[in-house]
Amino acid sequence: MSTDSLKWLWYASPQTFYPLAGILARGCAVAAAVLAVIGLYIGFFVAPTDAQQGEAYRIIFIHVPAAWMSMFLYVVMAFWAAIGLAFNTRLSGMMATALAPTGALFTFVALWTGALWGKPTWGTWWVWDARLTSELILLFLYLGFMALQAAIDEPRRADRAGAVLAIVGVINIPIIYYSVEWWNTLHQGASVSLKSAPSMAATMFAGMIVMAAAFWMYSIAVTLVRVRCIILERE
Amino acid sequence: MSEFFAMGGYALYVWGSYGVAFALLALEVILLAHRSRNARRTP
Repeated sequence: MSTDSLKWLWYASPQTFYPLAGILARGCAVAAAVLAVIGLYIGFFVAPTDAQQGEAYRIIFIHVPAAWMSMFLYVVMAFWAAIGLAFNTRLSGMMATALAPTGALFTFVALWTGALWGKPTWGTWWVWDARLTSELILLFLYLGFMALQAAIDEPRRADRAGAVLAIVGVINIPIIYYSVEWWNTLHQGASVSLKSAPSMAATMFAGMIVMAAAFWMYSIAVTLVRVRCIILERE
Repeated sequence: MSEFFAMGGYALYVWGSYGVAFALLALEVILLAHRSRNARRTP
């Protein structure tokens, strides 16, 4: 193997990653702000009023992107935790630790906006159905991961303990995703899938995708800044 | 304008969602800025 293809491994060291993370975080933060403005504009001024739900459906532009991020960030967190466990790399554990608070935040936002959407459309803030309950378990997994790491003084041991919890918890992600197919739930099925065209107006879909991109950029920026803090605090 | 903020009678739900979501994101940024400043001050 040529040495060129291994050059990116240089950034696996916290010291060399630190300045790169700073530059990337700044770029992503700007992108997040721009995308959020565009997404909110589409969501409130371009997308039409829903025929059945009226204006209440506009909650979709944060609810769905937040729910996507809550699941995606957990998978990324478990991925870094697994890499850290397997190869004993310092930066991987730091990445997992840095992702958890933002993942927990998006999980809470998904639950909160879901409750505020459920009340006018289903007539209830909360039901113990499969989708809602598995998403609540996801919040507890994030909080459990953070609490476990906070309870262990030695960072490398905290990384390993957290990694085991994160990896075991991954089983919950497909359960959340397929919950609407596997069980009878109040929650509607996926409005967007890889197999079929989205079951909504193009502008509604566009608003959702742009907001998802904004949340994505936000998550990268915040995680990288947090990783920089952790590097400074630990090393 | 007031029609926009009324959200067809769903103002509480729509603005309650957006308000809390963006307040939490802002809170995370503020807390992180504090942490970042403290981390850089102590070598």
